[in-house]
Amino acid sequence: MFGKCNNPHGHGHNYTLEVTIAGDPDAKTGMVLDLVELKDLLEREVMARMDHRFLNYEVTELKGLIPTCENVSMVIWKLLEPKIRMGKLHRVRLYEAPDLFADCVADGQGTN
Amino acid sequence: MRVTLTRRYSFSASHRLHSDAMTEAENQTLYGKCNNPYGHGHNYVVEVTLAGAVNPATGMIANLVDLDAYVQKQVLADFDHRYINEEIPAFKTLVPTTENLCIEIYNRLKGFTGAKLDRVRIEETSRNSFEYSGGA
Repeated sequence: MFGKCNNPHGHGHNYTLEVTIAGDPDAKTGMVLDLVELKDLLEREVMARMDHRFLNYEVTELKGLIPTCENVSMVIWKLLEPKIRMGKLHRVRLYEAPDLFADCVADGQGTN
Repeated sequence: MRVTLTRRYSFSASHRLHSDAMTEAENQTLYGKCNNPYGHGHNYVVEVTLAGAVNPATGMIANLVDLDAYVQKQVLADFDHRYINEEIPAFKTLVPTTENLCIEIYNRLKGFTGAKLDRVRIEETSRNSFEYSGGA
């Protein structure tokens, strides 16, 4: 089923994560969400947990899940979605490689 | 939350934009250099997006090996290094714009049984892209 992705000692990817927030620009700041706040959130929730880690063993939220692109993107969505204070999380796009990515969106939404 | 999986493929092909519904002059005015008589080539990028539940046993929406084989058979084998106007039957009558190409490729892939085809997006160049998700 998994081919070389099943090799016993694992393998790495340079993942790219795109996070899209949707909403009305704040009347005072002109921003949907302060990028510094978003950057801090991504650092805390995603990078600190996953960067340079073995996803199978070192990420609590992935315990019991096969770390496919689909599952990792869904874990990231669940980590971020409740913590977006302004606007709403519109899409999490996780590239595992330049030719493969998974998108998570809210139910009933398109992925663009 | 809804999850989709997208795989990117590429093929090289040539086409000429020319409609029999217009005169030579009208074609030239509308399509410009895309109407040049001997066609021209593009390196097309095709994004194929699948939707559906993630199988708890595999963690996947669909097996990529199956998708790769299906796209190879249904699309790449016919289109790569071909002149679309002359070598793909659907374009004997249709103008091979990338809009029409999206619809043709979507129709060629919608029978994939591994997961539901959500959409097909094609980049004709790095500056223009088109997509089709079925329906009207």
